Amino acid sequence: MMDLKIFARSILMVTEKNMRIYYYKGSVVIFGLLFPFIMFLTFFIGRNLDLVLFFPGFLGMMLFFSSSSTGPLITPWEKREKTYERLLSLPVTLESIILGDIMAGALFGVVITTIVWIASSAILHLPLKNAGLLAVTVLLGAFTFAAMGTLLSSPAMSNPSNVMMLSSLVRLPLIFVSGIFIPLSQLGSWEWILTSLSPLTYLVDLFHGALNGDAVYPPWFDGVILVIVILLFIACAKLIQQRNLVKGN
Amino acid sequence: MEIIKADHLSKLFGPVKAVDDVSISVKEGEIFGFLGPNGAGKTTTIRMLTGVLTPDSGSAQICGIDIHTNPLEAKMNMGVIPENGTVYSDLTAEQNILWTAKFYGMDSISRKERADELLRHLGLTERRNDIVRTFSKGMRQRVSIACAIIHSPPVLFLDEPTGGLDVYSRRLVIDTVRIMNGKGSTVLITTHNIEEANELCTTISIINKGSIIATGSPEKLKKTFDTAKYVEIAFEQPVKKELFVHEGISRVETHGDKMRLYTDDPDKAVKYLAALAEQQQVKILSIATSNPTLEEAFVQLTAGA
Repeated sequence: MMDLKIFARSILMVTEKNMRIYYYKGSVVIFGLLFPFIMFLTFFIGRNLDLVLFFPGFLGMMLFFSSSSTGPLITPWEKREKTYERLLSLPVTLESIILGDIMAGALFGVVITTIVWIASSAILHLPLKNAGLLAVTVLLGAFTFAAMGTLLSSPAMSNPSNVMMLSSLVRLPLIFVSGIFIPLSQLGSWEWILTSLSPLTYLVDLFHGALNGDAVYPPWFDGVILVIVILLFIACAKLIQQRNLVKGN
Repeated sequence: MEIIKADHLSKLFGPVKAVDDVSISVKEGEIFGFLGPNGAGKTTTIRMLTGVLTPDSGSAQICGIDIHTNPLEAKMNMGVIPENGTVYSDLTAEQNILWTAKFYGMDSISRKERADELLRHLGLTERRNDIVRTFSKGMRQRVSIACAIIHSPPVLFLDEPTGGLDVYSRRLVIDTVRIMNGKGSTVLITTHNIEEANELCTTISIINKGSIIATGSPEKLKKTFDTAKYVEIAFEQPVKKELFVHEGISRVETHGDKMRLYTDDPDKAVKYLAALAEQQQVKILSIATSNPTLEEAFVQLTAGA
């Protein structure tokens, strides 16, 4: 029987380590902070877009990039530096390492997105229909995409730049098929099918519901999808990392 | 009482059998040496014992707790110094130590006190707030040791802890192992340094090609190779090896400017060599007899590795 106190402590300690070390890494700052701002400016400046309609998508993109930026870096970095072996020899399990990595990514996403939302709301006087739903949305979204980041780092790679390349390959196309730049209500039938496959779609829809009250799906449906995606990402990350441990990678 | 126990551990990496049916039993208070040439399977075994690597078959227990079914509880009882003494290079020496201490549930006062004590003992007090990236290999290894023993573990694993270290750091490592053992920690150390194993260990297992080929105290292992007594002799001029063909001499090796002649009867060999020198009219510079060493036992056991 696993000692839950030691397990919880190990998750917190892994999270603390990740926060101290990885939040300041160049790739986290670039992909987690600068990139979504640049994307926003690229699509917003010079176009006659409705900011109120566009903002939930931007906030979703911000949370998506910031939450998924630390995960891909941690494991490959530690494998290269050989600290992964030290970590494994401490009182941790594979589950606590994975959850600690996800927690660190999610916290980064929550803090950055909250700052962006507060600043934007104060300056632009943006609407807020449901504060509770907004809080749940931020948490769910942060954990979903932090779990995705951790999953992306799970294949046996010890070169962080290879993993960052893989994660960009997965993350970039997602922002174009998730109702960020074109609202879900304006999509054609085949585009609708494509966007249904992206978990980011459900996050953006939740933000629409929380901020503007114009969600396409009911909030419980978006929420259930995101919870399923979180569990799926964690299970896959554990499966891959467990296989790596057996292979000695 | 058995503190470290491995039962039939095996590990395959592709077609290569890195560890083949290894069983060890380390009693409380022992310093157990795992001696073997490079690639013999020492690190793979220690990785399986510390829960870093999953074995293909077999099991391992630390203080009676299975490391693979109850990793958290088992790991609470041990400290590990991995090969190359890796620590987080983006953190300071003190941050590395204090962060590690938190895993073991130490309160903040005892964490701080113990970290101060270890930093002082390991000569790191002045560099405690420096980022480890700026440290030499020896200093990093000392931080690694501090992390491993911060919670005074009952079991300590060290994987090649003195490899590539300067004399001062090496001495500190050896002394720290002795101190920890003196305080009651059971130690398992892997090394290919025979002198180190001879100096430190109470029991040694010699591993080669993934299998344990001998286990015993250093003296017992030396005694196993009683036939390997030798006479070491240096002549003023070079002497042909062929001249040493004699019924009592089993093998001749050149060691620098000396010849080493293995024999069952060193006294008889010395007499023969004195006669030979007189007959060949060459001057003997030095002559000495020696009992078998652990190195000798190791070389004979791992021949062809």
